[in-house]
Amino acid sequence: MRDMFALTERPEVISLAGGLPDTSTFSPALYTKLMSQIAKSDVARALQYGPTDGIGVVKDCIAEVMAAEGTAIDVEDLIVTTGGQQVLDMVARTLIDPGDVIIAEAPTYPGAIPAFAAYQADIRQVEMDAQGMRIDALADLLAELDRASKRPKLIYTVPNFQNPAGVTLARERREALIELARERELLILEDNPYGLLRYEGEPLPSLYSLDASTSGRGGASDFVIYLGTFSKILSPGLRLGWAVAPRPVLEKLNLGKQGADLCSSSLSQLFVSAYFAERDGGRPAWLAYIERLRNLYRSRRDVMTAALKEHLGEVADWNAPEGGLFIWATLAEGLDTNDLLARSEDVAFVPGRAAFFDGRRGARSMRLNFAGSPAEEIVEGIRRIGATIERERGLLGALTRRRSGGGDKEALAEVLELSPRRSRGAGAGRDQRR
Amino acid sequence: MRVAVLKGGRSLERPVSLRSGAQVEDALERLGHEALPVDVRADLVERLEAERAEVAFIALHGRDGEDGALQELLEAIELPYTGSGPGACARCIDKALAKHELRAAGMPTPDFFAFKEAAIEELGVAAALPRIERALGFPLVVKPASQGSALGIKFAHSDAELPAAIVGALAYDRKVLLERHIKGRDLAVAVLAPSSRSLDARQAPPIALPIVEAIPRGEEFYSYDSRYEIGAAQLVCPAELPVPVTARAQELALRCFDLFGCHGYARVDMMLQDGSDALEILEVNVVPGLTETSLLPLAADAAGISFDELIERILASAFSRRSAGALRAAPLTPAG
Repeated sequence: MRDMFALTERPEVISLAGGLPDTSTFSPALYTKLMSQIAKSDVARALQYGPTDGIGVVKDCIAEVMAAEGTAIDVEDLIVTTGGQQVLDMVARTLIDPGDVIIAEAPTYPGAIPAFAAYQADIRQVEMDAQGMRIDALADLLAELDRASKRPKLIYTVPNFQNPAGVTLARERREALIELARERELLILEDNPYGLLRYEGEPLPSLYSLDASTSGRGGASDFVIYLGTFSKILSPGLRLGWAVAPRPVLEKLNLGKQGADLCSSSLSQLFVSAYFAERDGGRPAWLAYIERLRNLYRSRRDVMTAALKEHLGEVADWNAPEGGLFIWATLAEGLDTNDLLARSEDVAFVPGRAAFFDGRRGARSMRLNFAGSPAEEIVEGIRRIGATIERERGLLGALTRRRSGGGDKEALAEVLELSPRRSRGAGAGRDQRR
Repeated sequence: MRVAVLKGGRSLERPVSLRSGAQVEDALERLGHEALPVDVRADLVERLEAERAEVAFIALHGRDGEDGALQELLEAIELPYTGSGPGACARCIDKALAKHELRAAGMPTPDFFAFKEAAIEELGVAAALPRIERALGFPLVVKPASQGSALGIKFAHSDAELPAAIVGALAYDRKVLLERHIKGRDLAVAVLAPSSRSLDARQAPPIALPIVEAIPRGEEFYSYDSRYEIGAAQLVCPAELPVPVTARAQELALRCFDLFGCHGYARVDMMLQDGSDALEILEVNVVPGLTETSLLPLAADAAGISFDELIERILASAFSRRSAGALRAAPLTPAG
């Protein structure tokens, strides 16, 4: 299934599949200015190795980003990484032995599955609802693991605008999760790439800050590894992310990073530090840029939900996320998104199975990125998906009508989970064509 | 020799093809050839001419490389290529067509019915489904007619599951076949043309390699993912079979190779039915996978043929073909 992503590289395909931000929004003039600045004063440093844990000024920038979300950190607890993905890899590499249990959300970030599976983790997934990971289901799973004398190494969560489900972990669940982690001394990996891309509603405290406030260690968390990235708020091309972690974990990550790539790109880090020194209308330019991204992505999210209503309104359910990049849509019974992708020659999305370790659940769901494409492409992409579903529904209807003689409309409705009234409409249309 | 390795393409089997191609390129380089990787696109002919390729090694799977269209094109530009010609490809890529030929030749293949997507609405296929269900029984297998690998293969366990299985399989090809499910062991028999070192490669008959058995790990059948991911299915070669069964399976594979007019190499997939010891042919692959987990290299290895030697033999098949071009050049009817 993962292999289907190869198809999205074709130019005629509208891809709603990737996790892409829209980097065309970054000012080329500013890029030129920042690069010239580096060229004038910092060439030797930019072309040189840097410290394994990152260049100091960049750590200050990261602290600034986290403070903007209400999380205070000590930069001594921080390591700069080559994208957020490297944190997933290093955490798994340093903490996971084959067969160790990692608890993740169901569905989970499709890119986390290969990262964890590479170290032969046993990934267990906990159901979510509109409030995020269900803590009662988590407690059940922990009890089940207790009975099997298994102790999870890690609970992996994307609490804000979850990838792919788009939901946000509610405040009381955050507190309950931290309580559970402290009680059982479990590590949590909090993956927060889009926290600042909130389009409405009030920001919620990070798991890191909630744990730190109860740790009594002066602002440092005991059980939360925080994963951040510049990929969605600035550029994935820079390949810069970070982890803030309890000291024993941090030391392991540092050793792991030395083995993996010695250090992250100095050029990228100097670009970030130059960028964070910029001002725009009396405030930091990076904050102004995020504000522009928010406005753009909010409008694109609305474009996508409107297009979904128009083209998939009768056959799909979806959430309207308060932020982030993704909408998770689930189709009616009888439809399968792997097959839909195979039939869709000119539009791509991520089929839901990619978000499940066993590759079995999620068959009717798909992840749609609304942030990376211009509005007209979003509309056309959703229209194409709708047309393909319509074709499949027509075939399903034609194959199902035989089942119950005169009651065929009900049978069709059953397959498509529609009201008989709607299916009668579809049937009448077909009759007219005959 | 300058060998163009044709790979990639646009089908869903693109990633597998890229992996086969990479393996082939490495082997060709080790054999002292110059491998020219060519990702097959609309500029194929220009690329082949610009690269001054002397021969094409086809590592394209699925419709892109196995339906005969590519072979027709290579015939047209008179570039030697590996493996079967257009006719054999066209007959094997369509599983329904191939099964009809097998039936006509009195060879065993599971009962089936095939139809095109258009027939659902134009001919009202639905009305015949109950009869098909009775004839084939449940569970039954729904397959895209021309997809390689196992992409799009569905199982229907009841009449309620059948429509969705059909529509799902149709996403991969606009023609499907509904086939009786054979419970048994999944066998693959590769057939390989004789070594170019034989006295006269054109005269010596092809040989059947040791049989590979794919033992799925908990999967209902040998799926696409397990077919191409290391460790996902357990491959045993030579398969542990009674000597007469091995002989029959190899004989069947050679007869298939002959029946379809295959050239160079092919892989014949079949089932050994539980209880009865009957062998049932499922399909013939004219461009079998050459990845590190593929069945053909494994079978060759069991026969004492290294991967490089396998590639060399397949390459040699490009030059032992009776020229289709020459046949075409002879007019069948007087001109004018």
